[in-house]
Amino acid sequence: MSSVETTAHEKPAPPVIRKTALNAIHRQMGAKMVEFNGWEMPVEYPASIGCGIINEHLAVRTGAGIFDVSHMGDIRLAGPQALAAVQHISMNDASKLAIHQAQYSALLYPQGTFVDDVIVHRLAEDEYLLVINAGTREKDFSWVRDNTRQFDCDVENLSDDFTQIAIQGPKAVNLLQKLTDADLNQVKFYWVTRGTLCGLKNILLGRTGYTAEDGFEVYIPSDEETSARIWNEILAAGKEFGAVPCGLGARNTLRLEGKLPLYGHEISDTINVWEAGLDRFCKMEKPEFIGRDALEKAKAAGIKRTLVGLEMVERGIARDDYKVQDESGREIGYVTSGSPAPFLKKNIALAYVPVEHSAVGSKVKVVIRGQGAGAVVVPTPFYRRPKKSG
Amino acid sequence: MAYPTDRKYTKEHEWIQANGSSASIGITDYAQQSLGDIVFVEVPKVGAELAAGKTFGTVESVKAVSDLFAPASGTVTDVNGDLATAPEKVNKDPHGSWMVKITLTNPGELDGLLSAADYEKFVAEEGGH
Repeated sequence: MSSVETTAHEKPAPPVIRKTALNAIHRQMGAKMVEFNGWEMPVEYPASIGCGIINEHLAVRTGAGIFDVSHMGDIRLAGPQALAAVQHISMNDASKLAIHQAQYSALLYPQGTFVDDVIVHRLAEDEYLLVINAGTREKDFSWVRDNTRQFDCDVENLSDDFTQIAIQGPKAVNLLQKLTDADLNQVKFYWVTRGTLCGLKNILLGRTGYTAEDGFEVYIPSDEETSARIWNEILAAGKEFGAVPCGLGARNTLRLEGKLPLYGHEISDTINVWEAGLDRFCKMEKPEFIGRDALEKAKAAGIKRTLVGLEMVERGIARDDYKVQDESGREIGYVTSGSPAPFLKKNIALAYVPVEHSAVGSKVKVVIRGQGAGAVVVPTPFYRRPKKSG
Repeated sequence: MAYPTDRKYTKEHEWIQANGSSASIGITDYAQQSLGDIVFVEVPKVGAELAAGKTFGTVESVKAVSDLFAPASGTVTDVNGDLATAPEKVNKDPHGSWMVKITLTNPGELDGLLSAADYEKFVAEEGGH
């Protein structure tokens, strides 16, 4: 038996493997550690403590799950022209953000393809925080710094300042409320607040996440002692809600069910915004941003391929990079992310296919170990969380 | 978990339990722990030929795809159909969940495989278990 990890391999191993402040805790808990984008991260926790990817995934859909996401990077832009700088380098419209509001956005190359996708938080009148991906930390920071030099605005890489913990799931709000004086019911999805968390004052608490579920991401000081204390207090507070620690394995299956893009898979420096289907986060009514001109031309020319959701109808699991064929066996595209979906109990995938094969109901084949297995284009996201009143 | 002494093991983490010239094949507890939640087992049909050391099937967890390597050569005489619908049984009872039964071409091939004690030592070195 020899294993191939199917999603944690997109970059050649960098010379130094970095560790988060919670590394020792993950190991103590018996987590299986893997290298992901230059970071040693837990992929799943052991079955002996009620974990494993499936249980972790289900906990987030039904209760709560707790993730170390300290590998994510953070860039702060502050100064009189911070808004102008953010507007120039990102595709969404940051001028619409109230103080303490956040938005999904992306940094684009001039050709309209992706440097990275980001969450832009407006922290104060002239202060923004971009939360970026682990694998693109250095590239993103250089990109942001180099492309904002003309603005009166400081750009700071705060990536190493924070331990970032995500508390995700329908019970996340109840769990976190036990540990903070901030009134979390007043914080809407994609808004942030500041409050005391486990005795630490003025902690940033964002109602954001990457699981297609309600939840929070908290940014605490990155020293090991504080990080460990807060992690343990969150876990203990979560017991009554069935909360479990979750690794990157569940993070990936959760985001896939919700069709949330992963850099290097659904989006990259060779895929443009229209192909990725992220139109609603790209504000062409903004007069200027990097990538806008190319996107205007690309839109006029029309796209040839588009991202679709697939569900396997024949036996077999579609995996990242597997080829997609039409019914006659001609190669037409490829899978960007594929996996069993633990909550939906189906084998699902995201794939790039020609527009003419993208209608819901279109039949295609996914090539699994040399054999074409039947799949069908289905509506996305595969999973949408139930709407709560209020 | 103690590894049963009534069978032999491979460095690729399969076990083989022989009874005369027939044998059952499965994967070890170490293998199921490394893979995590198993969601898919694919093995050849009755009548297929297995060649020692060559791949004969696939086991998939949520995250990983793994080849199965034949511990010994032989002809498939039976396939554990339960695992097509309930692959998680391999996690729950790895040493009781045989995947295929074969008629051994050369029962002597098993002499070259690891004993339970040697296998336990091998995985202790490999994975710190």
